[in-house]
Amino acid sequence: MPTTTISGHDIHVDDEGFMTRYNEWNEPLGEALAAQIGIAMTDDHWKAIRFLRNDFPEQGETATLRRVSTVGGIPTKQLFALFPQKPAKKMAYVAGLPKPRGCV
Amino acid sequence: MTTTQTTPLVPTFGEAESGRKLAIICSKGNLDMAYPGLILANAALGEGVETHLFFTFWGFDMINKKTMADLKFTMLGNTATHLPQGLGGLPGMTAMATHQMKKSIAELDVPEVPEFLQQIVDSGGHLWACRMSADMQHLEKADLYDEVEAIISASDFIEKTDGAQLLFI
Repeated sequence: MPTTTISGHDIHVDDEGFMTRYNEWNEPLGEALAAQIGIAMTDDHWKAIRFLRNDFPEQGETATLRRVSTVGGIPTKQLFALFPQKPAKKMAYVAGLPKPRGCV
Repeated sequence: MTTTQTTPLVPTFGEAESGRKLAIICSKGNLDMAYPGLILANAALGEGVETHLFFTFWGFDMINKKTMADLKFTMLGNTATHLPQGLGGLPGMTAMATHQMKKSIAELDVPEVPEFLQQIVDSGGHLWACRMSADMQHLEKADLYDEVEAIISASDFIEKTDGAQLLFI
């Protein structure tokens, strides 16, 4: 399993760079991960990321876009505005979680 | 020897504007045949692909306000149920099969057709209705799901989806 260093944080990642250890993540790291993919975190970004972080241990998998919108209460349109192009994968990356496995 | 700082391993999320486009032609009005197009459209949009859906012939049932929430699944002519074909013709069988399929879909938290179309539109997808199908069924824009952008001809659709990859369902 590769490791990498993001802004001074040593983390375990998969071959693509998604974090593999839930507990290695914290919010300053999340901010640094976001910066790596060109996202400046705002309160709205954090609302989505915190939902993903809290949802993951309960569900055992990363929330899909639909789940963030229906359960997390953040409209789909807004998620595309906050995390452009590939919102589900970008959110998972910033939240230090695996890519969602669900199709919808 | 000096140590060099290696570049952090960060996933590539593709180029911001890859220019990739997908066109999906939905020509079926059965419940089971509505979903492949919707699921693929939703997946493509989630990958940042510009996506256009064209509803034609029986696919009109997916956007006709009167039918869109009431698509059906029948065992008739579908050998993949692995049940005797004669069963499918019994009264109430289509209703039962439809109910079962809707239940299985809902259990996966996959939305029903109208809600799914809304999710696709909210994700930036484009819905188009076929001119000839509208004329054949005597339907107008007002009869169709509100998010359908326009009733257009087949050639208009081909023009709009210049350079797109295409799926016919």
